[in-house]
Amino acid sequence: MPNPTRIEIDCSTGIESIIELTDAEVAEMAAQAAIAEERKAEADAKAQADAQAKAALLERLGITADEAKLLLA
Amino acid sequence: MANTFELIASSTLGSAATNIEFASIPATFTDLKLVYSLRSDNGDDYFALTLNGSSSSFTSRDIQGNGSSASSANRTDNLLVYTQDPSSMTANTFSSGELYFPNYAGSTNKSFSQDTAYENNGTGAGMALRAGLWSNTAAITTIRIAKASGNFVQYSTAYLYGVKNA
Repeated sequence: MPNPTRIEIDCSTGIESIIELTDAEVAEMAAQAAIAEERKAEADAKAQADAQAKAALLERLGITADEAKLLLA
Repeated sequence: MANTFELIASSTLGSAATNIEFASIPATFTDLKLVYSLRSDNGDDYFALTLNGSSSSFTSRDIQGNGSSASSANRTDNLLVYTQDPSSMTANTFSSGELYFPNYAGSTNKSFSQDTAYENNGTGAGMALRAGLWSNTAAITTIRIAKASGNFVQYSTAYLYGVKNA
């Protein structure tokens, strides 16, 4: 199976070429995808932790989220 | 647009591709501005920015919002979020954004800024502002925006402008 392709525009000539990625470029793509997955997992975990902390605080205060918004308005 | 802007090169994808690269960028301008409109064929909303073939020595701070929450973060990689409409967004919609590189041909580290947005009619949108630094003193001669997986879809566009201060 051929590697994915990239578009290269040579600014000195205006010529656009379709070039197959090298194996090293494909490997770099995979590494960056892994970083992105890791970042997304961290963001999702933080969002979940924030939501749980918010719910716990509202319960401790004995008010709803809408009532909390009213207090801050 | 100011008359000091000059289109260096552009590309409208005739078919899907993983990368769009501007090579052999002339050093005859003061600044560079890359304007893009992109859509992904998978769920990713980010691309990797590569300068002169380098994907390292990038740091940035961004602030982002999606209609229900806002956040900011420090980054130590070259992955820039909210730069393309994921495939789950409204059909046939594309992102809108730009990257600005001041003093790109100088001999100092290269700063850049970005504003970028995608949209999903009726249900959400995302936007981000970013201040970034590529800690490298080389003149920028190549800019690549790259998917980490999947492709930019057909009709995605990228325009590279040169800006002169006079």
